[in-house]
Amino acid sequence: MAYLELDRVAKQFGAQTVVDDFSLAVGKGEFISFLGPSGCGKTTTLQMIAGFLDPTRGAIRLEGKDLTAIHPAKRGLGIVFQSYALFPHMSAAENVAFGLEMRNVPRAERAERVRAALAMVGLAGYEDRHPRRMSGGQQQRVALARALVIKPSVLLLDEPLSNLDAKLREDMQIELRQIQRTIGTTTILVTHDQNEAMSLSDRIVVMSQGRIEQIGTPEETYERPASAFVSQFLGKTNDFAATIDRTSAPARLVAGSWSAPAPAGFSGPVTVSVRPERIGFGDAGLAAKIVTRIFQGNHWLFQCESECGPAIVIRQNDGQTQPAEGETVRLAWRPEDMSVRAGAPA
Amino acid sequence: MTAVADTAPQSAARERGPRTPWALTAPALLLFVGVLLIPLAMTVMLSFHDWGQYKGIEPVFILKNWHEIATDPYYAEMFWRTFRIAILTTLLTAVLGAPEAYILNRMSGRWKSFFLLVILGPLLISVVARTLGWALLFGGNNGLVNKLLMSLGVIRAPIPFMFTETGMVVALAHVMMPFMVLSVWAALQRLDPQIENAAMSLGAGPVTIIRRIIMPQIMPGVLSGAIIVFSLSASAFATPAIIGGRRLKVAATLAYDEFLNTLNWPLGAAVATLLLVALILIVVGSNALIERRYAEVFR
Ligand SMILES: Nc1ncnc2c1ncn2[C@@H]1O[C@H](COP(=O)(O)OP(=O)(O)OP(=O)(O)O)[C@@H](O)[C@H]1O
Ligand SMILES: [Mg+2]
Repeated sequence: MAYLELDRVAKQFGAQTVVDDFSLAVGKGEFISFLGPSGCGKTTTLQMIAGFLDPTRGAIRLEGKDLTAIHPAKRGLGIVFQSYALFPHMSAAENVAFGLEMRNVPRAERAERVRAALAMVGLAGYEDRHPRRMSGGQQQRVALARALVIKPSVLLLDEPLSNLDAKLREDMQIELRQIQRTIGTTTILVTHDQNEAMSLSDRIVVMSQGRIEQIGTPEETYERPASAFVSQFLGKTNDFAATIDRTSAPARLVAGSWSAPAPAGFSGPVTVSVRPERIGFGDAGLAAKIVTRIFQGNHWLFQCESECGPAIVIRQNDGQTQPAEGETVRLAWRPEDMSVRAGAPA
Repeated sequence: MTAVADTAPQSAARERGPRTPWALTAPALLLFVGVLLIPLAMTVMLSFHDWGQYKGIEPVFILKNWHEIATDPYYAEMFWRTFRIAILTTLLTAVLGAPEAYILNRMSGRWKSFFLLVILGPLLISVVARTLGWALLFGGNNGLVNKLLMSLGVIRAPIPFMFTETGMVVALAHVMMPFMVLSVWAALQRLDPQIENAAMSLGAGPVTIIRRIIMPQIMPGVLSGAIIVFSLSASAFATPAIIGGRRLKVAATLAYDEFLNTLNWPLGAAVATLLLVALILIVVGSNALIERRYAEVFR
């Protein structure tokens, strides 16, 4: 049975529907990311789980119990806000202790748990520091410790790393993942950074305009995007217009001068979607001319003009000679490296 | 490297010339000296001059006025009343104004701007007009409220308001309220919008949130509002003059009377100077205390 369950949840502000038909089952201990562009309803969904907003429709259940009937103060969830929302008039230790105080944890045990929580996020020795005297990364850790020390049933993180610089963000990603693995708290992370979602999550929920586009593991969403939106949003991709040719038997999937056995269940115009790093230069395949060739250290980036429109190709810098600008090449890929959708490319 | 960084600002200052800041602030400085410092110095000097019913002001240096203020219990009582009224007014504005600002801050869009206007609107009306309003409502047998309540039989005699300290405190609190609300409002604006949600998610109820999270953070705003209200109330003239008249004097109305009715300018100057010095000491002292106490919130 799912640990946390969202069942056709919807949220409207006036006439505007911000989240619609959102269904998700989260397993215990799972790390889930909500990924989507700005304004797609990620925070709104998270706030409905937290209880700061009431869903217009649908149900949210935790271990089978209706969560919406429970007051936010009694839900026992740990939340890290984008702005951290630390209490500026309290020291780091007092911030972390606040949730335990509210739970009437005895003083001695409280002190011990606060110390352990701060040590876990690497802030041992910072107990008496006030938030305004801490760096962004340190404040972020205090916020995490404050959320984790109450042993929350679910940890909700709203873009906790977006205020940090790139290097610190990477460090914190690794640390966050390690902490989550160690204590096994069910976690939902909101982000609009696809790398963050991919490197941290067990499963990603890709959202667009208040709706779920796809739920899947990072590999699934990257390799088998369910929609054009997902494939565009998760890294670069090439969309080629193709058709199913039923004159030959068995039927073939044809894009320009490239073809492969047709997958079942398609007819008429289709879109073939291939990641740039899965395309190789071969003797047969899609005819293309290399427009620009960019050296990027460990790989080469080629921008090509193909029979089916522009294409990007990434090749590892493995010491082989690479085609030069202006050269005509043939683009080829294995059928298992592409995904096929009905309809022409957008 | 450090040497370069150290000299850079200096050379920049040298280019602009050391006199530039003085030249730029000179007009304002002259005005400040001309209309504030010189009259102030003259007032202080005046307080050491002699005065007699028939001889008028004599420019000598004596401590007569100061001696009179220090020994005559009338002045002690009057100053004590002035500060008592100012303290009570400050308390009243804080107790009413802080929640008012908090509620205002929680209102949504349109209502917020409407009620902000309601609260700040009185600032556009003269203090005299606002205080006279109270006099019209509660002024003796003819006061509107008094008349109504007496005709309804709720009260026998009119509610004492005019010429009472209570009346003065109420009217002053009404006049000073916008300063307190604005000051607390400014402190509320600096709160993280999610701070209440954060406390709630940790299990805090509404009372705990206000007591443990909101209050400590807006306290500096309440206190700086209190300093403004206190100093304005202690030196207020119009409201005490209308409500208290010549029966219930405070420092400002007394100084006025000495200047314009008794024509004893030196004594009036001594009262005014003492009021100013006491206010400066109180305001500077409490400001220092507040800043030390709330260093973390102020940063
Ligand atoms: N209180 C509200 N009233 C009306 N509309 C709102 C309210 N809160 C959010 N919205 C709208 O809901 C939509 C989704 O907002 P939400 O904050 O959930 O986006 P998000 O996915 O978290 O975006 P971001 O990545 O920028 O944080 C936005 O179009 C926003 O304008
Ligand atoms: Mg958001």
